Amino acid sequence: MKNEVLRDVERVVLTLDVNGETRQLLVPVHKTLLEVLREDMQLTGTKHGCELGECGTCTVLIDGKPHLSCLALPVQLEGRAITTIEGMAAGSELHPLQVAFAELGAAQCGYCSPGILLSARSLLEENPKPSRADIQEALAGNLCRCTGYTKILQAVELAAERMR
Amino acid sequence: MLRLPRLKYLRPASAREAARMAAELGPRAMFVAGGTDLYPKLKRRQFEVDTLIGLDFLDRRIDGVIGAGVTLSEASRHPDLRRRFPGYAQAAGLVSSPPLRNAGTIGGNLCVDTRCNYYDMTYEWRKAAGFCLKKDGDICLVAPSSPRCWAVSSSDTAPMAIALDGVVILVGPDDERELPVAELYRDDGIEYMGKEPAEVVTGLRLRAEPGTRSAYVKLRRRGSIDFPIAGAAFAARLEGDEVSSCRLVLSAVASHPLEATAAEAFLKGRRLDAETVREAAELAAKPAKPLDNADLNHFWRKRMVRVVVEQALTSLSDQTAGFGG
Amino acid sequence: MRVVGKPLPKVDAAPKVTGRAMYADDMLPARTLHCRILRSPHPHARIVSIDTSGARRIQGVVAVITGADLPVKFGILPVTQDERALEHEKVRYVGDPIAAVAATEEEIAAAACDAIDVEYDVLQPVMSIDAALETPKDERIQEYGGPNNVHKFVTLEFGDVEGGFARADHVREDVFFYQGNTHLPMEQHSAVATYIDGRVTLWSSTQVVHYVHRALSKVLELPMHRIRVIGAAHGGGFGGKTDPFAHEIIVAKLAMLTGRPVKCTLTREEVFYAHRGRHPVLMWVRTGVTRDGRIAAMHFRSALDGGAYGSYGVASTFYTGALQTVTYDIPAYRFEGCRVFTNKPPCGPKRGHGTPQPRFALELHLEKIALDLGLEPVDVKRRNFVRPDTRTVNWLRVTSCGLPECTDKVLAASRFLERKRTPGHGMGFAISSYLSGAGTAIYWNDMPHSEVQIKVDRGGVTAYCGAMDIGQGSDSVLATIVAEELGLQPSDVRLVTADTDTTPIDLGSYSSRVTFMAGNAALEAARKMRALLVEAVEASGRKYEEVSFEDASVLAEARFGTLATAGSYTPPPIAGPYKGSGVGPSPAYSYSACVVDLDVDARTGLVHVNKVWIAHDVGRAINPLLVEGQVEGSVYMGLGEALMEEQVFRRGLHKWPSMLEYKSPTFLDMPDVETFIVETLDREGPYGAKEAGQGPLLPVPPAVCAAVHDALGVWIDEIPVTPEKILEALRRKEKGEPARYGPHRFPSIPYPPTIKVDAPPPTT
Repeated sequence: MKNEVLRDVERVVLTLDVNGETRQLLVPVHKTLLEVLREDMQLTGTKHGCELGECGTCTVLIDGKPHLSCLALPVQLEGRAITTIEGMAAGSELHPLQVAFAELGAAQCGYCSPGILLSARSLLEENPKPSRADIQEALAGNLCRCTGYTKILQAVELAAERMR
Repeated sequence: MLRLPRLKYLRPASAREAARMAAELGPRAMFVAGGTDLYPKLKRRQFEVDTLIGLDFLDRRIDGVIGAGVTLSEASRHPDLRRRFPGYAQAAGLVSSPPLRNAGTIGGNLCVDTRCNYYDMTYEWRKAAGFCLKKDGDICLVAPSSPRCWAVSSSDTAPMAIALDGVVILVGPDDERELPVAELYRDDGIEYMGKEPAEVVTGLRLRAEPGTRSAYVKLRRRGSIDFPIAGAAFAARLEGDEVSSCRLVLSAVASHPLEATAAEAFLKGRRLDAETVREAAELAAKPAKPLDNADLNHFWRKRMVRVVVEQALTSLSDQTAGFGG
Repeated sequence: MRVVGKPLPKVDAAPKVTGRAMYADDMLPARTLHCRILRSPHPHARIVSIDTSGARRIQGVVAVITGADLPVKFGILPVTQDERALEHEKVRYVGDPIAAVAATEEEIAAAACDAIDVEYDVLQPVMSIDAALETPKDERIQEYGGPNNVHKFVTLEFGDVEGGFARADHVREDVFFYQGNTHLPMEQHSAVATYIDGRVTLWSSTQVVHYVHRALSKVLELPMHRIRVIGAAHGGGFGGKTDPFAHEIIVAKLAMLTGRPVKCTLTREEVFYAHRGRHPVLMWVRTGVTRDGRIAAMHFRSALDGGAYGSYGVASTFYTGALQTVTYDIPAYRFEGCRVFTNKPPCGPKRGHGTPQPRFALELHLEKIALDLGLEPVDVKRRNFVRPDTRTVNWLRVTSCGLPECTDKVLAASRFLERKRTPGHGMGFAISSYLSGAGTAIYWNDMPHSEVQIKVDRGGVTAYCGAMDIGQGSDSVLATIVAEELGLQPSDVRLVTADTDTTPIDLGSYSSRVTFMAGNAALEAARKMRALLVEAVEASGRKYEEVSFEDASVLAEARFGTLATAGSYTPPPIAGPYKGSGVGPSPAYSYSACVVDLDVDARTGLVHVNKVWIAHDVGRAINPLLVEGQVEGSVYMGLGEALMEEQVFRRGLHKWPSMLEYKSPTFLDMPDVETFIVETLDREGPYGAKEAGQGPLLPVPPAVCAAVHDALGVWIDEIPVTPEKILEALRRKEKGEPARYGPHRFPSIPYPPTIKVDAPPPTT
């Protein structure tokens, strides 16, 4: 481990599409998407809880599907559409899921909320009328320690209803 | 936060080129597709390489061959796979969690590293515990008197691919070959792969005959995220009520997917009634040797092998036939 | 009421659903250095030498510090100042901090930690309660405390215990064990410090800015006015961020040394080492009852596995014996507690602090007593319910008590008493109680526990309070109370909270104290402000309700000048007349009742929880949405503890310090929860409110065990209830052995003589 940091850092110029904006960045190859979003693009809405793919906190959307940003390398993501929580609202208009989460108290500490909101958005885009079991299944990779999940399920159902 | 070591990332355009790079770089380099197994292990310094060879070129189509780059979610939802090989689609859909399945590939899941809760730990933890045989040490912490490593094969899809008579397509630096999935593994926690290190898995062909039914049952503590702590993959053809041919392969009970040959032989020509299911499960569970290196008590896990096998056999007899091949 | 009692969105909902909320790790001031901490690989060892030269030689390393740089000891309780930010003499658990590096990149800091050479003289580790009670093989873990590795004894007797047992028709003894577990907040602890113009500023993921402030002042040897602690947006605490932590002190010291901002975010594994979670507790309880199940006397013993340091441990020890009397009327009560040191991460306060373990034991013990007597357990429990406006035998003052209402609600909704008995399906019932804030502060003082200031100018309202919102919604409670009094909406009230420079004191988010204490302080400040506004409006010949708030504020500002009011809350002096009476008193107690419905497979031992009904006496729901959220979250955490979470050790190490192997239930593991809010309008709570964040966790584990017994006829007297324990209990039942799984004995403990305390005079 000691000698690792003596190795040169390989950097590449990448063009990333994040929240509909194309950005060109010089990125160390070994930085994960999570690190690049938070540290190089100041998109700190994407949180992290383990960095090992075990908690779902860092979930972002890639081409509309939930992915763990702690296990994604930007060098593999050129040409793909990345959506973070910062890209969820349309301008100053919150996404119906965000509104429902706020209204129903689905965010307590709020730390898992970005990942869960994005997973839920992907679900509703694919299945506008999910059953409760569908929602539980779709969100099963995202842990939350505050809510007991109950209010989150209710909020997703409310948003789905309003979006129909 | 836990971070990856400094790395180079190579982008070969083809499997042949990737294999040549791997042959040239040797143990300094590893292949990466979805990265869901590789990156955590790099972050925990279980793998120490300075170069990744990206397999972004891998085929993502599903036809006669399932491209190795197909993600686990795609495989689990694919209508044709669900119809022809329901057990395989099921197994793919039970790997870890939804976001992980959107990145993890079917090729990667076939190659997933063996696991052990003395080994799947950070560098600092392993340093404190004393390094083990599989990485940096010279003793197996689960079975200290053992000369070998007992890390556990933890793929959900590999046992099902074997049960469905799968073959993988391997591309090496100079040649290409097909290998039965059963031969892709060795009974060793460290050298668990039967392929050459420089060979790339480019696809999987499930050869089970039309009419083969299949089912996969996975035991884990939670409904999501967890690796299997026991699993049963069963594929069979029935003639009338009787099993005309079948394969039964267990996951997470040995260093390789464990084929229950005695149970297979027993089942041939029998009806899947309660008594047969019970006896077959008994036979299947016998060679399973869980050790104290995964979740929950290993004596309990040993007892559960019978249960998952029974469930797999029972669920299959309730199923309408898939159209294999 | 206009806003109190309404299910309004939290005032900080928008920043949390948009990713705008700034948590400590989201901050990255210019020139920030990244800190990583080298931790002990040994559970117990003397440090012979530390050589940091290898680390210093690495390009990018700016500073390396060791214990010699931070020798002053600290600790949350004044009586146990036993921690160092970095230890240079002795390490006491795997994960104990030894050295810290500040570097330009986090990866460089991590590699530099690995390049530090430490020479150890390894000592025999002490890894269990039994081992801690024996003579140490090498040396004791801490230099203070009782014999061998005992940290703390408590021996108290209230009323005539011997007489009570003599009068009893039936006496029963049981032994129980509750395994340790941890908070597992989704956010890893994080802190950022700057040092500018001789002043330290620290942003931290803490539940209590004030206690961090005090510890920083002590260890850095700087006066408090040269330190500012700000609570960053908070990613979950559950008690785990209530101690001052090494990394908070380390980043402040490194900022002072380098003149640059320094950040340290713990890795997930380090969070398991920071711990301060649920104590593993072994319990023995003996109770005498009359023929109809009335409790005559109780003798309760607890042995706590405390880990390597004191933390809140003295309080935790008292808490394992304090609240038994707050749910059940126990006329004579003896409590013997003992906390030991072991070479594990220190235990401390996790949701319910020291009370879920005895609650588990007591509820199951009463179930067994009822069955001994051939009575329905619900009836026996009901018969012993404590009554409102009484004092318990250990002098705890009970005011409002909604136990009967809570019980009625869950029994009716679940049809518990009419349930069908089918093998493999079971239902269980349990109750609990918890504090609405500790009646005494961590350190002895006569000052208020919470203070609020309100400023009104030109139509704007700002409330200032040191309270820290950890996601439970304390900011929303403050805003709601101020809004209610002034005739506004909560979203109209601006808040400044948890900043030691700009907000008046609040002791922080622990012991479920904020709604009650900061709420009362806010109420006082808001009523004073309202009085000024009303007086000014009425002086103009109108009524307050007739004018806009803007006009009222202009009139008042013109009349009185700067409009600023303040309120504070000091708990009433209700502690009993004995040493140790400071732990347990609270201005009010919440009450809960719960029914769990589950299926358990006799072949596999796997439990599937179908549904949980829970009723909670919160006094008054200032925001029912938030109360429900707290109750549902408590049920979740209670189920996790009951069925899967455990902090266990192997070879002196934490067995599985990861989110994968430490099992936190997923969306697919959580049953339906039906919540009932019971309002008893406590006379001292703000609008009658009491706590909601901790109490509802407590009845869940015993209700699960009671349901497993209902389903299969076996007792699992040990938490967590894992499938192998159920199968083992079934095997024993089949063989004709006692149909239970759990500890068989309680160790022999050399308690000091019991302190006898007279029961309080009967309440009139």
